[in-house]
Amino acid sequence: MGILDSIPHVNAILSHRPWPRAVVTEAGWQAAIDRLVEGGLTLLGFWGEPAAVHLALLDGGSADVAVVTYECTAGAFPSVASRHLPALRLERTIHDLFGLVPSAADDLRPWLDHDAWGQSYPLSGRNASREVRPYQFLPAEGEALHQVAVGPVHAGIIEPGHFRFTANGEHVVRLEQWLGYTHKGIELLMQGANLEAAAKLANRTSGDSAVAYAFAFARAAEAALDIQVPRRAIFLRALMAEVERLANHFGDIGAICNDASFALMHAQTGILRERCLRAADTAFGHRLMMDVIVPGGVARDVSADGIPAMRALLAEIRKVFPRLIELYDNTASLQDRTVTTGIVKADYARQFGAGGYVGRASGRDFDARRTFAYAPYDQLSFEVPVLEAGDVNARVWIRIREVEQSVELIAQMLDLMEPGEIRNAPPAGRGGCEGLALTEAFRGDVLAWLRLDGELRVERCHLRDASWFQWPLLETAIEGNIIADFPLCNKSFNCSYSGADL
Amino acid sequence: MRKTLLESLTYGSLTEPAPAPDDSALAELAAKVDRAAQATLGRSLAIREVDAGSCNGCELEIHALSNAFYDVERFGLRFVASPRHADVLLVTGPVTKNMRQALERTYNATPDPKWVVAVGGCAIDGGLFRGSYACVGGVSETIPVDLHIKGCPPSPTDLLKGLLALLEHVSGKR
Repeated sequence: MGILDSIPHVNAILSHRPWPRAVVTEAGWQAAIDRLVEGGLTLLGFWGEPAAVHLALLDGGSADVAVVTYECTAGAFPSVASRHLPALRLERTIHDLFGLVPSAADDLRPWLDHDAWGQSYPLSGRNASREVRPYQFLPAEGEALHQVAVGPVHAGIIEPGHFRFTANGEHVVRLEQWLGYTHKGIELLMQGANLEAAAKLANRTSGDSAVAYAFAFARAAEAALDIQVPRRAIFLRALMAEVERLANHFGDIGAICNDASFALMHAQTGILRERCLRAADTAFGHRLMMDVIVPGGVARDVSADGIPAMRALLAEIRKVFPRLIELYDNTASLQDRTVTTGIVKADYARQFGAGGYVGRASGRDFDARRTFAYAPYDQLSFEVPVLEAGDVNARVWIRIREVEQSVELIAQMLDLMEPGEIRNAPPAGRGGCEGLALTEAFRGDVLAWLRLDGELRVERCHLRDASWFQWPLLETAIEGNIIADFPLCNKSFNCSYSGADL
Repeated sequence: MRKTLLESLTYGSLTEPAPAPDDSALAELAAKVDRAAQATLGRSLAIREVDAGSCNGCELEIHALSNAFYDVERFGLRFVASPRHADVLLVTGPVTKNMRQALERTYNATPDPKWVVAVGGCAIDGGLFRGSYACVGGVSETIPVDLHIKGCPPSPTDLLKGLLALLEHVSGKR
């Protein structure tokens, strides 16, 4: 039974692939929210257009996905966030960008709009103005409480964002984030862009997930255009995605240990990360593998010495990494900082549909590579590690196990890859069409939705990072911990700022 | 841990020879460093990195400067936590409008003499994000820039070449 069978809808949009999209009335919209609130469905995405809002829904049991659309004829839609909290930041964003009003919303504070753009509702297509009031953080009151404000410029080499801690002595009683500092207006820049230009923007949505975004964008475009990708390109794409995962996991495992003052691990994993980037550079001509994945396939084949470079990389990791795992496992001073620190409750991970190691360290058994079994993962064997503890330590262990899985995946791909075509050119003109895709980035699932016009230009594109549903969980994870453990918790999440700010 | 440490001792150094300073960077800097500054700074520079809205690609490569291969500290270049401790602001991103004020404040908090290095295509002219309602454009539209390092993102070697050029000029070695 599909998701839409239990949600009354008016009409289905036939040009939407591969999953259905349907327009609903208020009753259908409320039915969709009911299913989210009950936990029968998980929120995958929530985005706007000048006169409509869309909800992407996942039925985890059947791996079924559907999009429901509510047409905002009066410039308003029934609030999702007032009943289902994971929708809150996305709902505030929809209001910021389109001026659509969630009726009966409890929280309508701006999210991305810091009153610096010189205009309001920039994607609404109309030049309206909004009432500007100073940003109000949520109150936390009590005699012993004090506030610590951090950011947007942080002490390390990291992205900008603001954290407002309310603390009782050293203990955090509330953390509230305010992001949007890296908002670049990517979705508006994409409008009217051709596929090539839009793919470049997708690549630069979150630099550490350049491959995952390009992959998701390309697959959404291919779904919309209903075109196949040559077998060799399918393998090359996944190869890049796994090298990207390895590089990021190495960097983060080291950085987490470094935040616990264990610099040796940072130095060692830094070497492995650099080896990954150099192998990527040798194979694909770019250390972060930007602009290689394009709709229809890949822009260029792997270089002649790229395959040996990948095999050498695997050999190095297999030799060095087991010793680093042992080092992590046997260092009590490190365990002292990571075990029981920054716990994400399993209920929250499930409710928020937390992706990646954040969800999997808190018992949410979900991985887009397996759930949606997109090519070539449908032909490869791998395991998805899941733990229950939900602490910093569990998130480190999930990453460790994922490194092992990625190494095996790359080895399988190198064995299965055959010579052949690398790109099917998108067909010229196919009328308006829409596509949705999800790929598994290193930090979780990336959603890409787009609508193309008859000339293959992007009419509207929405990209959703896993971070949207992980950032709020970081607020819950830090509660009761001391402020000094925040860097450790934060790094174990490593949420994207740019990916969530767009 | 002992085994890992001992092996590291016999492993040999991964650190690579320094690249030559970037010639075009030297030319860009030639006019900008005066003698007084040279005397103040000697041969080390404290760098405060500021992400003014980048995709994070530049930050990843700036991080790489500290790994065993590039080991940036051997040149007297080090990253510091506060603009108050910095000689150099290393700025990335197309300067989003939401970050403009924070960038200005960080610049004002940095004591003189100071240099601003704009890193990456976005920091030069806004890159792919030029013309967006949410971006200012290049860093030089917000604060004065002394040196540009190109690339999307620039590789650690490119970054090192630019920073070494800056260091050479500041210390008056040439």
